Amino acid sequence: MTGTGIGASVKRVEDQRFLTGNGNYTDDINRPGQSHAWILRSPHAHATLNSVDISKAVKAEGVIAVFTGADMAADGVGSIPCGWQIHNKDGSPMMEPGHPPLAHEKVRYVGDQVAIVIAATRDAARDAAELIEVDYGVLPAVVDMDSALAGGTLVHDDVPNNRCFDWEIGEKDAVDEAFAKADHVVSIDLVNNRLIPNAMEPRAAISDFDRSTSQYTLFTTSQNPHVIRLLMGAFVLQIPEHKLRVVAPDVGGGFGSKIFHYAEEAILTWAAAKVHQPIKWTAERSESFATDAHGRDHESHAELALDKSGKFLGLRVATKANIGAYLSTFGSSVPTYLYATLMAGVYTTPAIYAEVQTVFTNTVPVDAYRGAGRPECTYLLERLVTKAARDIGIDPVELRKMNMIQPDQYPYQTPVALQYDCGDSPATFESALKASDYAGFEKRRTDAEKSGKLRGIGISTYIEACGIAPSAVAGALGARAGLYESAQVRVHPTGSVTVYTGTHSHGQGHETTFAQLVSESFGIPIDQIEISHGDTDQVQFGMGTYGSRSLAVGGPAILNACNKVIDKAKKIAAHIMEADVSDIEFADGKFTVAGTDKEMAFAEISLAAYVPHNYPIEEIEPGLDENAFYDPLNFSFPGGAHICEVEIDPETGDVEVISFTAVDDVGRVVNPMIVEGQVHGGLAQGLGQAMLEGCVYDDDGQLLTGSYMDYTMPRADDLPNFSVATQGVMGASNPLEVKGVGEVGAIGSPPAVINAILDALAPLGVDDISMPATSQKVWQAIQESNVRQAAE
Amino acid sequence: MYQFNYQKAGSADEATSAVAAADDGRFLAGGMTLIPTLKQRLAQPSDLVDLADIGDLVGIEDGGDSVTIKAMTRHVDVANSDVVQSKIPALAGLADNIGDPQVRNRGTIGGSVANNDPAADYPAAVLALNATVITNQREIAAESFFDGMFTTVLEEGELITAVRFPVPEKAAYTKFPNPASRYALVGVMVAQTGGETRVAVTGAGQDGVFRASDIESALSGNWSADAAKGVKMSDDGLNTDIHASAEYRAHLISVMASRAVTAAG
Repeated sequence: MTGTGIGASVKRVEDQRFLTGNGNYTDDINRPGQSHAWILRSPHAHATLNSVDISKAVKAEGVIAVFTGADMAADGVGSIPCGWQIHNKDGSPMMEPGHPPLAHEKVRYVGDQVAIVIAATRDAARDAAELIEVDYGVLPAVVDMDSALAGGTLVHDDVPNNRCFDWEIGEKDAVDEAFAKADHVVSIDLVNNRLIPNAMEPRAAISDFDRSTSQYTLFTTSQNPHVIRLLMGAFVLQIPEHKLRVVAPDVGGGFGSKIFHYAEEAILTWAAAKVHQPIKWTAERSESFATDAHGRDHESHAELALDKSGKFLGLRVATKANIGAYLSTFGSSVPTYLYATLMAGVYTTPAIYAEVQTVFTNTVPVDAYRGAGRPECTYLLERLVTKAARDIGIDPVELRKMNMIQPDQYPYQTPVALQYDCGDSPATFESALKASDYAGFEKRRTDAEKSGKLRGIGISTYIEACGIAPSAVAGALGARAGLYESAQVRVHPTGSVTVYTGTHSHGQGHETTFAQLVSESFGIPIDQIEISHGDTDQVQFGMGTYGSRSLAVGGPAILNACNKVIDKAKKIAAHIMEADVSDIEFADGKFTVAGTDKEMAFAEISLAAYVPHNYPIEEIEPGLDENAFYDPLNFSFPGGAHICEVEIDPETGDVEVISFTAVDDVGRVVNPMIVEGQVHGGLAQGLGQAMLEGCVYDDDGQLLTGSYMDYTMPRADDLPNFSVATQGVMGASNPLEVKGVGEVGAIGSPPAVINAILDALAPLGVDDISMPATSQKVWQAIQESNVRQAAE
Repeated sequence: MYQFNYQKAGSADEATSAVAAADDGRFLAGGMTLIPTLKQRLAQPSDLVDLADIGDLVGIEDGGDSVTIKAMTRHVDVANSDVVQSKIPALAGLADNIGDPQVRNRGTIGGSVANNDPAADYPAAVLALNATVITNQREIAAESFFDGMFTTVLEEGELITAVRFPVPEKAAYTKFPNPASRYALVGVMVAQTGGETRVAVTGAGQDGVFRASDIESALSGNWSADAAKGVKMSDDGLNTDIHASAEYRAHLISVMASRAVTAAG
């Protein structure tokens, strides 16, 4: 036994370099002869570009070149594409207005790229950018979705009413019937607040062009370098894959925001061939706030039909989703197939219908952010179910239990396309109730009252879908890419192993977790295993890391490649030990012949594979190096129960999270310590969304929360000590039996927090509070209830 | 950042001469506001004159019935000072709760007071404790020092050298922080010095720090948390922003004042 296989809390091997300042991030990389870029950005949310005069800037000290949108348009540079095509209710395709990397003719949000200045130093580039004279024809901005849908001002002239698409899922008639026979109908209006991702490392890129080979290289802060190579190469710049290398080295956090193909990547790559020297660009933090794709931003109305006993009969949802000024890479799939397909939640609701309109506004594009659609869905469902319990006078625990899908109902076909493969929501719920001492809550509430505090408890029971798959289904739903993953397992002559994975690690700990898979498979310690990712010249292919897919989709690819290695190694072992291959057994890193004491170590076989003196050369080739591509049978479906307990200071509205209990079913756990860390991080972001974080644009489209002075990131002292546990059912749709853990914390937690706050405020008659539930909002709600009660 | 000349002064005289000689010179104290401002290109001084090496501007003196804190004394040193902790514990506590450890290890009392950020903590202490701001030219009473947000009566080239705080009978500072910046959304210093009650409010006013005279009156006759809480502050002249309405800030002033009274004993 190596002690570093599946189930061991191996310390993260990558942390040594991250924590000692030895990481190799894009901004750490410098290329010989490198120049520096500054991007001139629009200060207006909506304006025509009447003229962009660069004559003074090009003459400024140190300036190498200045390019505008007109230059890129003249070169035939294409539009930044969207990766998922959604169809309207009437079957017509969504509107896909052009998205030039450098704005041409019009700017559409504050921060839109207007020009690139390339100079000897970053300061010189920035100084010169101030000399560019832009004649903006300022237009009214549309910021809120209702104004946008009214259509007075158009973000794109060819998109009527600023509507990108009007999509539906589910059976409308069946839902209407369910409502017609309902004893109770409960409705809710909700806003899912817009978030700014705030990865610790800002976006950065370095482009290079080799004149002798016409080879382009782009180093970039990406979660999926092959996807960037495909989108930028094939659609924007028309560079074939064999002439374009994209490298995503160490990346300091993504949370979704580094999935997308950003304009700067295309601008820099294109410009490198113009100036014949490498160009480096690193975003300032204020650029990150203004130009990294934001997350969430939904407005929804939902109605739940129940029978007399509280059994759910039907669910009807209407959502408006803001997608910003342009369609980002997955902006269209997040509020549709990653959102409304989960509207069954953990419940047996027999009829569900959801319709989603997406709306262009003069704000930065909105796309996937940790959870991507699933937090929005979970928030809606769990707020609605809790409200139903209160409105019709059933305990929220009982109402959930009586409507939950039971373990023997899996695989469970929902009315909204997904088929849940496995799960046991009642079990995780029961564990969370116990771990949080739910039964003892009323005493704690009474105790809190004695010290003048309002105490509340809130529940969220959820299921989510990750490792989006299989490719054929995704394609049928509009995905313009496959969603498999690849791995190459290269055993070196002396028995050490390099694994090339098409996923990308930007904080997840793949270099540890994936090495544990190989350690388990080959029976060798993980210090003999290197996980390589991020370089399209090294890694055969890959779809990258997002949607909690890496272990569920990338893991089996590694496992399958390992199994191919073992199969071949057995043939080599059989030849050398003069046995039949069917008698060769492999365990703990040793090949043995059944019924004998003959054995060979893993490294002896690998050496034989590369020094094939005594080798079955007529049967197999030399070498020990195998590839696998893996396309799963289905999504995986993690789920669980989150319970939050808060105390509110009614004098100030200050909310303190006293405890937070999360019991999550993530299938098989490869590294318990990393899983716990992932849940902690997700919970921090979920509690951040619920209580602290909120992006605010003013009516002119200016970003009011453009720095940490105004955008509230959760900090350690905002959070309680989390009580987290995993338990559940092994995943049914992949051979590793894993489900995915990266997003569960952010998906399950926000409604638990808000439900707890509303439970605390219920005695005052407060029945709604929006996220983020800041102290001011809580205080305001208390004041309004005081006024209301006084009036009554 | 734009280009600028960097100079390091060895004395207060050298510093003021250097600023006077420059086209557009600025003193650099802890740099906790000035450096971020430069990074964002919101200021373009010709010269920065760094005060960090001027030993005469650092230190805390026990004057018996007063404590004098020299201008370049860092927040962390005020927080940890035996003199301040024993004579004016409220001031040590205030300093210990400014910003984060990085800010407390760089930021200075002189820089904070000169900058007069409308949400900074020190101005509330200066006003409530009726301190005297000492410059290279004169002594200025707290009452007449602050002159609207980010503005003071300091003349061009005038340098704060110290702040002298009378020792109060009672004092406490209570802050309700802005959730994002952790500056004061509302910060209230209450103090009784020589029989006089003063209540200063930071974070809330459109013109920066101010005295809450209604609460002072209420507390003068009845030093109690309830007396402070019973004052309904007007929201005239208070800030409204995305974090707090003027109405909420007005409410918080009374609440923070009452909690400060409790803390002061």
